[in-house]
Amino acid sequence: MNNSFVRKIDWLTVILYFLLVFIGWVNIYSSSITDNTGASVFDFSQFYGKQLTFIGLSTIFIVLILAIDAKFYQRFSGIIYLISIASLAGIFIFGKTIAGQTAWYDFGFFSIQPGEFAKTATALALAEYLSDSQTNIKYRKYQLKAFLIIGAPIFFILLQPDPGSAMVFLAFIFVMYREGLPSTYLWAGLGLIILFVSTLIFGALWVCVAVFLFITLYYLWRKRKKKMVSVLPLITLLIITAIVSSSVRFTFDNVFKQHHRDRINLWLKLEHDPNRLSEIRRSIGYNTYQSESAISSGGFSGKGFLQGTRTKGGFVPEQHTDYIFSTVGEEWGFVGSTIVILLFIFLLLRLLFLSERQKSKFSRVYGYSVAAILFFHFTINIGMVIGLLPTVGIPLPFFSYGGSGLWAFTLLLFVFIKLDANQINEWEDLHEFHH
Amino acid sequence: MRKLLLSSIIVIVTLIYLGRLSYLQLIDNTGSPLDDTAIKQVYDYPERGYIYDRNGKLLVANQPSYDVMVIPRDVKPLDTLEFCELLNITREDFIKKYEKARIYSPRLPSVFVPQLSKEEYAALQEKMRKYDGFYIQKRSLRYYQTKHGANILGYIQEVSDYDLKRNPGYRPGELIGRQGVEEYYEDILRGRKGVKFIQKDRFNRDIGSYKNGLYDTLPVPGKDIELTIDNELQTYGEELMIHKRGGIIAIEPKTGEILSLVTAPNYDPSLLVGRKRSKNYTKLYYDSIANPLYDRGLLAMYPPGSPFKTLTGLIGLQENVITPESRVTCYHGYSYGNRFMRCHCASGTVNDLRRGIARSCNAYFASTYRKIIEKYPTSAEGLTAWEKHLRSFGLGDFLGYDLPIGKAGNIPDSDYYDKAYGKRRWYATTNISNAIGQGEILTTPIQLANVTAIIANRGYFFTPHILRKIDNKPIKDKKFTKPKYTTVDRKHFEPVAQGMFEAYNTGTARGIRVEGINIGGKTGTAENFTKVDGKRVQLTDHSIFVAFAPVEDPKIAIAVFVENGYWGSRYAAPIAALMIEKYLKGEVTRKDLEKRMLEASLEEEYAKPYSGKPFRINE
Repeated sequence: MNNSFVRKIDWLTVILYFLLVFIGWVNIYSSSITDNTGASVFDFSQFYGKQLTFIGLSTIFIVLILAIDAKFYQRFSGIIYLISIASLAGIFIFGKTIAGQTAWYDFGFFSIQPGEFAKTATALALAEYLSDSQTNIKYRKYQLKAFLIIGAPIFFILLQPDPGSAMVFLAFIFVMYREGLPSTYLWAGLGLIILFVSTLIFGALWVCVAVFLFITLYYLWRKRKKKMVSVLPLITLLIITAIVSSSVRFTFDNVFKQHHRDRINLWLKLEHDPNRLSEIRRSIGYNTYQSESAISSGGFSGKGFLQGTRTKGGFVPEQHTDYIFSTVGEEWGFVGSTIVILLFIFLLLRLLFLSERQKSKFSRVYGYSVAAILFFHFTINIGMVIGLLPTVGIPLPFFSYGGSGLWAFTLLLFVFIKLDANQINEWEDLHEFHH
Repeated sequence: MRKLLLSSIIVIVTLIYLGRLSYLQLIDNTGSPLDDTAIKQVYDYPERGYIYDRNGKLLVANQPSYDVMVIPRDVKPLDTLEFCELLNITREDFIKKYEKARIYSPRLPSVFVPQLSKEEYAALQEKMRKYDGFYIQKRSLRYYQTKHGANILGYIQEVSDYDLKRNPGYRPGELIGRQGVEEYYEDILRGRKGVKFIQKDRFNRDIGSYKNGLYDTLPVPGKDIELTIDNELQTYGEELMIHKRGGIIAIEPKTGEILSLVTAPNYDPSLLVGRKRSKNYTKLYYDSIANPLYDRGLLAMYPPGSPFKTLTGLIGLQENVITPESRVTCYHGYSYGNRFMRCHCASGTVNDLRRGIARSCNAYFASTYRKIIEKYPTSAEGLTAWEKHLRSFGLGDFLGYDLPIGKAGNIPDSDYYDKAYGKRRWYATTNISNAIGQGEILTTPIQLANVTAIIANRGYFFTPHILRKIDNKPIKDKKFTKPKYTTVDRKHFEPVAQGMFEAYNTGTARGIRVEGINIGGKTGTAENFTKVDGKRVQLTDHSIFVAFAPVEDPKIAIAVFVENGYWGSRYAAPIAALMIEKYLKGEVTRKDLEKRMLEASLEEEYAKPYSGKPFRINE
């Protein structure tokens, strides 16, 4: 690493990263400290002490990641991907089961969650595949292959089972769309979600009636404008709707697990049995309720560092991990939460901006993947903590306690920072060569 | 378009999230850190203030009481048989109480057995350690040093749901004053509870003081109060009223201080303390015949009868329609139009004002009343002038004393007669019974005592009150320390006072003479009715007497009502005389009167309407 390389690094992204990690640690400190009287921040028996170690190790990782030749990531993306898939598969033999999930390799002092690293590996593999001049994502053949790349880790992660983490891989759809995937997929996805939710709320019959009316109106409207309209796709759409819609209830009742059903019922306010409802509220709804109340009690400027009464009282379960944002809300108030959200958004938009600036398609796809994955994590996590989305247990990147998560996100981000820094290098090399 | 999709979604999500956060933190936020569920408030209750009488005798103190509390979650298997024996409860009680506490909350303390006696506590105290999850909590209850004046003192009770709704300063389980001074001076007696804010965790365990006690407050003890009541006089009055119903109100005219406020029948204030309170209260409450919870001195409205004649005289003088020397000949009554009002004067008796009062001559005051009303162009104007004078005596409205209950009484105004008879369709003769305190006029005993105090003061009064000192400092409330003047001039009072003195010397009250005390008095009777099987039935008249003494320098003004006691000098006057002598001399010389009054019982009279048989009255 020489001076010119240091100058080429996008320091803005690096600063945003460290800011988020720092703010995250401050809040982990606050939510896991047991008494306020002169405890050392290096108390490694505490979450905040451990997290400090993880952050220290991350810094070493960053240096390593940046030191490795940028070409390495593209060249070895296939192998990295295969190793990652193997590690996901191997978990069922060598892994450790915690709270019903087989997602960890236990190394004594720390554990590794291969699912977290699979995101980087998949992003690299997809970038490599899409940047191949042979690949044209507009065609079904290539789409299928791309979906396979994404599907393999999803398959293993679903087996763990960790549907929350698996869901994050859907972020790649946006990456593929950017690279030319027909918009039908997005529409179909959106349509499925709407169909699913509306069927649960209104029932299959009414949804089919509504879709039928909608299609008929559309057909008549086109006719009046004297435009040709093919009836076949419309009928197909209607039939698909009917089939999907009528199978939603079955899927929901038989494929989904009870705690998933409860979460969705609570979210969509579908549960009307008061006994069952209060039970859900006490179990799954409890987290959301406590987290919302904690955030709400923060008010405009918050209660101040270490002054969050609900944080201190340990009212919000999993507050140092998935619910870390509720500490921000309680102790730093609206001002603090807004700043954190803006920092995230700034980072995401910066990543998208950098990606679009890439000369190599590989770097662009990879950068896009980073932004999309971080965005999914951000949206699902904060949406859950502030009570807008159903409970899905995934961490807030850079914020939540946990070495595996922090390192995986660091790896994901800094590989792109390396690619980005190198890209300008390539361009300069090229420039010099011409002269 | 493809390049912008993700960025657009990111921006939209951000806006939605910021919107949600503004709702949660800026709109839905309650603001106060003290509303926080993570903060527990622990209260430190101060001792309630003591109550003394005007001579410094302690009437009401406090005594510790012990509640057995339970935290169901902490209860470990125990020897229920032994425990139940200690607490004097059955096994079924135990299970019922435990279930009730558990349903309320497994983690929070509930009262298991309330208000143990000292003996029960002593027996239980050392064995308590054996029973995990149970502990004893000390509370403070009232300790009465007197058996009298329950109607004045009131009692304390756990706050009701209604109190909690009306007054957010109270919390469930706290005590509140009911009736009497306990209710009226609740804020002074109660003091202010101290509060400690404790940070707790989600298991409701204490994890330390919130913000190092920044918001904590210390309890402010309740203040001691001294009442205007003379406990000896009060006690004596209650003894005199045994087996009778009615009230005695004694006021110190120079200050408006209420010396005694007797209602009969009464009850021992200790009945309403502790575990037996609820049972006893129910018993008192449902005694709808004797009605011991009904404070007759403050609430009973009677037609005042003859004592009212003094007021007619005073207004006559003020309105210049009579002079003290004006004479009226009584023809064993008074005829007006084609009607006749009877009087017990012999036919042809000539009375001036003094003798009119002394002999309680109906004709004299009927004629005076008629002159007052007819002085004005219309009866309405005349009655308005009359009514205005009466109101300045504190009649027809609440007196404004410092006890929580009262009645306004009634003084009819011209509107009332306009409505009843039509405008200009009524005359002085229409309502001439007003002259002698009958008809529509209603007064409470305390109002009548106050009128007597006004005559004793020759024209002014202090609003009667029960509170003398707070923490040994005399009260400064202008409402009670500023004299109120009536619309009748001072000079007119002397003849009336002399008339009352003559009633005592030679008139209707001569039988109660007390050696060495000049008493001004006025007897009265009031007709009254009840319903038996839905029919209006007349009962024996109420015996009424008002008096002040000594006439030359009054120290006490008194009104006595004895229900169904017949004429004024039969019961009310002797009782008033005994009270006056007791107060002024400290002892009673008229032992004959005392014996007669203490032994007299009207229970037979009171039983008449309930006997189911026809009965005779006024015998």
